Amino acid sequence: MSTRRVLATTRRVLRQLRHDPRTIALMLVVPCVLMTLLRFLYDGQPLVFDHIGPMLLALFPFTVMFVVTSVAMLRERTSGTLERLLTTPVAKADLLAGYALAFGLVALVQVALVTTLSLGLLGLQIQGSVALLALVAVVDALLGTALGLFLSAFANSEFQAVQFLPAFVLPQLLLCGLLAPRDQMATALRYLSDVMPMSYAVDGATRAAGSAGVSGALLVDLVVVCACVPVALGLGAATLRRRTP
Amino acid sequence: MTGQFSACRIQRMLNCIEVEHLRVVRGGRPVLPDLSCAVAAGTVTGLLGPSGSGKTTLIRAIVGVQQVVSGRVSVLGEPAGSAALRTQVGYVTQAPSVYSDLTVRENLAYLAVILAASPESVSEVISTVALTDQADAQVSRLSGGQKARVSLAAALIGGPRLLVLDEPTVGLDPVLREELWSLFHRLAAQGATLLVSSHVMEEADRCQRLLLLREGRLLADATPDELRERTGADDLDQAFLRLIQSGEAA
Repeated sequence: MSTRRVLATTRRVLRQLRHDPRTIALMLVVPCVLMTLLRFLYDGQPLVFDHIGPMLLALFPFTVMFVVTSVAMLRERTSGTLERLLTTPVAKADLLAGYALAFGLVALVQVALVTTLSLGLLGLQIQGSVALLALVAVVDALLGTALGLFLSAFANSEFQAVQFLPAFVLPQLLLCGLLAPRDQMATALRYLSDVMPMSYAVDGATRAAGSAGVSGALLVDLVVVCACVPVALGLGAATLRRRTP
Repeated sequence: MTGQFSACRIQRMLNCIEVEHLRVVRGGRPVLPDLSCAVAAGTVTGLLGPSGSGKTTLIRAIVGVQQVVSGRVSVLGEPAGSAALRTQVGYVTQAPSVYSDLTVRENLAYLAVILAASPESVSEVISTVALTDQADAQVSRLSGGQKARVSLAAALIGGPRLLVLDEPTVGLDPVLREELWSLFHRLAAQGATLLVSSHVMEEADRCQRLLLLREGRLLADATPDELRERTGADDLDQAFLRLIQSGEAA
């Protein structure tokens, strides 16, 4: 792996995004609009908003980054640019790290926007530290990016890649504790939710919002999510082949 | 014995590409059943044959992106696709493989960093393919011929010793085609080796040597003049036809 090639890839991906202002706008505005919608959905129940707000702060960046990166990587593969790149000295890890860094930077902006909006204008009340909650959200976005890069290897078309949202993200969304607390689910489902990375992402956000300071449980959540990022990127790199049939 | 050995070594050095008993199967079909051929260094060699004859598969094997069943492909004395070759071989795919949502310059600047080429080389290759006026235009807005030239420019970054071009002149107007062939010969004169595939026989005359491929088999390895002489045909299209007919008769 070479820092120079990783950074060049990051710069290239960000330049591609810059030529596509509508995608940038969607990535940055959609989470804000959804959060606003949620705020007024629970207009009469501010406590409910305070309860699920932090969870969604973790989910929106995760989901958006997952979809965008899986399609971006798919395009790289189907346009022939990947085949050509893999005849150059670029390492597979350079490419994936470059992508992760580029979308990680976008996630940083996205999380900053939606967190500021939620805690400011929308009046989301949290007991914990804002910085810690934002950190959890950014790490979750990175996880979405890494999983998107990995899973795009299993799609041959944009149609298939987009289907990974209902196939892969929705089950995690149902089981992550957003709709029902995880400890009240059927045992089998609880075990299932224990091995889904999004559960830790959402738990982490809830804990970061719930109390000031870093508890042991929050640390576990963060470590699990952070550890999943290189694992997913490594698996993604393993799916790239210099030689194809 | 020693003399034979060194003659063999010299031959190796003169050949930029050597393919021995290459077998490639794609989708259960042997696209290249057992192919052997060589490309001399410093030449413009044409790889000709109808579509579906295995040209692209051979090219992919030479640049090291094709899974092969058996056989040996060596490029500049190294096994095809080895790490040492990744800055030495320029590859132009059939469909332009550049980022259509970037400008010409942004595309090439990225590759320049990847290949550790100088930043100046970007402007140089842009002027080599005559795209200076379009340098800051987004590739998606360019014509098909211009896109093909961006793809060619990308392969020229870093001054590779071998350029492998898969049908680089398809769909280009005659003037542009003529300019590109002149460029290919200029590059060869500077010491590069070029392997250019085409299914248009009229382009064969611009090559110093021809490899004729049909159904994955090498039909001929000759200069254009040798080919005419051998078949008694004046134009190369006819020569190709007669070769096929004599091959089927034999």
